[in-house]
Amino acid sequence: MSNIQINNVRKTYPGGIDAIRGITLDIADGEFCVLVGPSGCGKSTLLRMIAGLETITDGSVSIGDRVVNDLEPAERDIAMVFQNYALYPHMTVYGNMAYGLKNRGVPKDKIKVMVDEAAATLGLSEFLTRKPAQLSGGQRQRVAMGRAIVRQPQAFLFDEPLSNLDAKLRLKTRVEIRDLQQRLGTTSIYVTHDQMEAMTLADQLVVLNDGAVEQVGTPIDVYNRPASVFVAEFIGSPPMNLMPGEIDESGLVTPAGVVAAPAGVRHGAVTIGIRPEHLHPASDGPLRLKVRVVEHLGASANAHGTVPGHAVEMIASLTGADLPAKGETLGLTVAAENLHLFDPETGRRLH
Amino acid sequence: MVERRPFLTFIQHAVLILGAAMFVFPIYLAFVASTHTAAEVSGGVPLLPGAEMIRNYSLVLGEGISAAGAPPLWIMLMNSTIMALSITIGKIVISLLSAFAVVYFKFPFRMLAFWTIFVTLMLPVEVRILPTFEVVAQLGMLNSYAGLSIPLIASATATFLFRQFFMTVPDQLTEAARIDGAGPMKFFRDILLPLSRTNLAALFVILFIYGWNQYLWPLLVTTDESYYTIVMGIQRMANAGEETPQWHLIMATAILALLPPVVVILAMQRLFVRGLVEVEK
Amino acid sequence: MRTKTVTFRHKWLPYALIAPQIVITLIFFIWPASQALYQSVLRQDAFGLRTDFVGMANFVRLFADDNYINSFVTTISFSAMVAGFSMGIALIMAIMADRVIRRAMVYRTLLIWPYAVAPAVAGVLWWFLFNPTIGIAAYALDGLGYDWNHYRDGGDAMTLIVVASTWRQVSYNFLFFLAGLQAIPRSLTEAAAIDGAGPVKRFVTIQLPLLSPTVFFLIVVNVVYAFFETFGVVHATTSGGPGQATNILVYKVWRDAFEGLNLGSSAAQSVILMVLVIALTAIQFRYIERKVEY
Repeated sequence: MSNIQINNVRKTYPGGIDAIRGITLDIADGEFCVLVGPSGCGKSTLLRMIAGLETITDGSVSIGDRVVNDLEPAERDIAMVFQNYALYPHMTVYGNMAYGLKNRGVPKDKIKVMVDEAAATLGLSEFLTRKPAQLSGGQRQRVAMGRAIVRQPQAFLFDEPLSNLDAKLRLKTRVEIRDLQQRLGTTSIYVTHDQMEAMTLADQLVVLNDGAVEQVGTPIDVYNRPASVFVAEFIGSPPMNLMPGEIDESGLVTPAGVVAAPAGVRHGAVTIGIRPEHLHPASDGPLRLKVRVVEHLGASANAHGTVPGHAVEMIASLTGADLPAKGETLGLTVAAENLHLFDPETGRRLH
Repeated sequence: MVERRPFLTFIQHAVLILGAAMFVFPIYLAFVASTHTAAEVSGGVPLLPGAEMIRNYSLVLGEGISAAGAPPLWIMLMNSTIMALSITIGKIVISLLSAFAVVYFKFPFRMLAFWTIFVTLMLPVEVRILPTFEVVAQLGMLNSYAGLSIPLIASATATFLFRQFFMTVPDQLTEAARIDGAGPMKFFRDILLPLSRTNLAALFVILFIYGWNQYLWPLLVTTDESYYTIVMGIQRMANAGEETPQWHLIMATAILALLPPVVVILAMQRLFVRGLVEVEK
Repeated sequence: MRTKTVTFRHKWLPYALIAPQIVITLIFFIWPASQALYQSVLRQDAFGLRTDFVGMANFVRLFADDNYINSFVTTISFSAMVAGFSMGIALIMAIMADRVIRRAMVYRTLLIWPYAVAPAVAGVLWWFLFNPTIGIAAYALDGLGYDWNHYRDGGDAMTLIVVASTWRQVSYNFLFFLAGLQAIPRSLTEAAAIDGAGPVKRFVTIQLPLLSPTVFFLIVVNVVYAFFETFGVVHATTSGGPGQATNILVYKVWRDAFEGLNLGSSAAQSVILMVLVIALTAIQFRYIERKVEY
């Protein structure tokens, strides 16, 4: 079993800066766990602590039921794919993939079998004698992957492995990584700041903010029930509309109009969240939006505008042919179950 | 060149060609002198090569100039080669190791070690001639290859060059190597050393010239002719007391003394220029 | 000083790695230097039987000694000439080579190799060229009505060692000037040309100011070269003469130690030279720090 347990892990840098403020996570065997968050949230630090590249100030990390806090990276039986791939520039593709095996004392003929197999899996067989400088960005990325899979480690650690690829290749490689991981069934931890990448890849999504976990769950869970204003804003594109409001006897009072409040929420001030795609046009809708710009995306369109009389910005994601013109005031509705309400003080979800 | 000015262009080439000629001229004359007999030279140096080249060179190489107390040149050339190579290789090895230590490890007394190395920059042989000589004498290293080379192989410049280069090696490579199970020495041998190849070669050229051209040091530590190097040996011939200097032979020696480093510099010009500008940066 | 953020952990390995360099430095650099310091405050009697502590007396005596003052002055004027001529010639060559786009590398090849010639060998070559009886340069000067003789005339001897030292040093300066000039973006000179500046004006207003760090750096390097590395030139040719005409400081240290056997005085001279090198190195490093910390 190569599950990974992270138990109340902390990282304090000399000088007293807390990079990780007590994180506990449980990653099951074969699971694909994505750590997502803005830059500086500690996601890479956490990954590097699991890899053994950063020391652990407090708490423990276990891989496959073995506490690895004091083990060298090489003894943790993990493999890592770096952002810049970190390929050895003077070695061939074969040499890059074989290096870790060689250091472990695997016999030469066995190394050859293992490298050939990994290369075949990744379509690298014809490039084995080339040096990294002679490869394209995508091919280098695959060599970095090959170096990871060839050792058949207990876990893969990915540190933003797609951020150096162009948009098109990133999409293609994302699918390949997911496919490969499912075939191999190796426990994986993947760090990214790109929420789309996080959503599409993860079995388990971990949203980090300022060295602490904001929310853990399946991507759909996190999307449908963001635990905090931070998560609500971070996950989803275009981002969730947020505005101040209040619940009283009449329902939910928003700057744009009054709508029915979800059941079971206390009265008082709230922060309201509505995803753009949950706003539907209706001429007599309770919400009003004065359209400033309409972005056509092909399959859908985003109407950007303000609520008349308020400084609140809103985006509505619209489908269909009947799109509003610039300057038009649009009537919108939203279903009560699609409202997200947060405590304006703590930012936590209220229901 | 931004604009077209034929006259300026002409001037440029004229100046450059004149300059180049000015540099070559002394060497050319030395070569010419080395191909004539003593009598021909003493009547004023001819401007064209003579017929005695093979005789003169084989004489200095094989027998030396006994009147001037100089051993055969092949011995001095060999000594120069041994000294230059020992200094070059020695400097490179100890500088590589110490740069690796100060860049890739944190350890107590690291700063002290760094400053100790740094101080060597401020203490060239010339300012500590006598006491260094005494140390070498006490260690019994006079008239030995060890005495000729070991005291010269501590080098702050080479250490700094490697330090600077190591600082530019991406940290992720080190991390990848650690995950691949490479300890410090394996990383040094398998990753760092191959990546330093160009710097090594550039430094090799510079240090070889430095080692070959040492003058004061061999003068101090050798009294036994069989350890003379050619650069210092040439002086012994030129100042051979009451004897009339045998200029044709001295010039043959000068040509042989400058040939190896000049060949190295020209053959590895690109590396040399790169290395020099890097080292002094 | 910075290290890597990624470092290895090991108890003894870093010490083992750094040990060879430290040991050699201690034995052959630090210890002799401290001996020089120590001996500079001692005086030995003529038979080497007694050694007394004399404080600063050796230094006081040096600066009261006309020969030493003379040697100082000689060294300074020698260094100024070598640095001035070799940098001036090199700069002119570099400007010309920089303007030539095509054959620039050919000229570089033709100009760099004297760097590989040992100062002592350079001295012997020019010694021969200027030989009063057979040297071609002396012959030419004679034709111009000048009676050249570096055995008798101190000025001629000084000229000889300046020429030999300069000849060898130009290529070094040339390389740095050329590299400095080529590092100036061509778009800058082109912009200046569009603004109506001719080649000379462009050089004075654009290239020279941008080249000033190189100039400064080379001044220090050339002074160090002229002070210390030219020992070979002097030793292999004039031996400090005629009289004291070319008795530069390094040569004098060596002569006083090995021929005069005046240990206290020689040690005091070493200490003064040490102070000079330290000052020069400090200046040089101020410059390097600025340039290297990118």
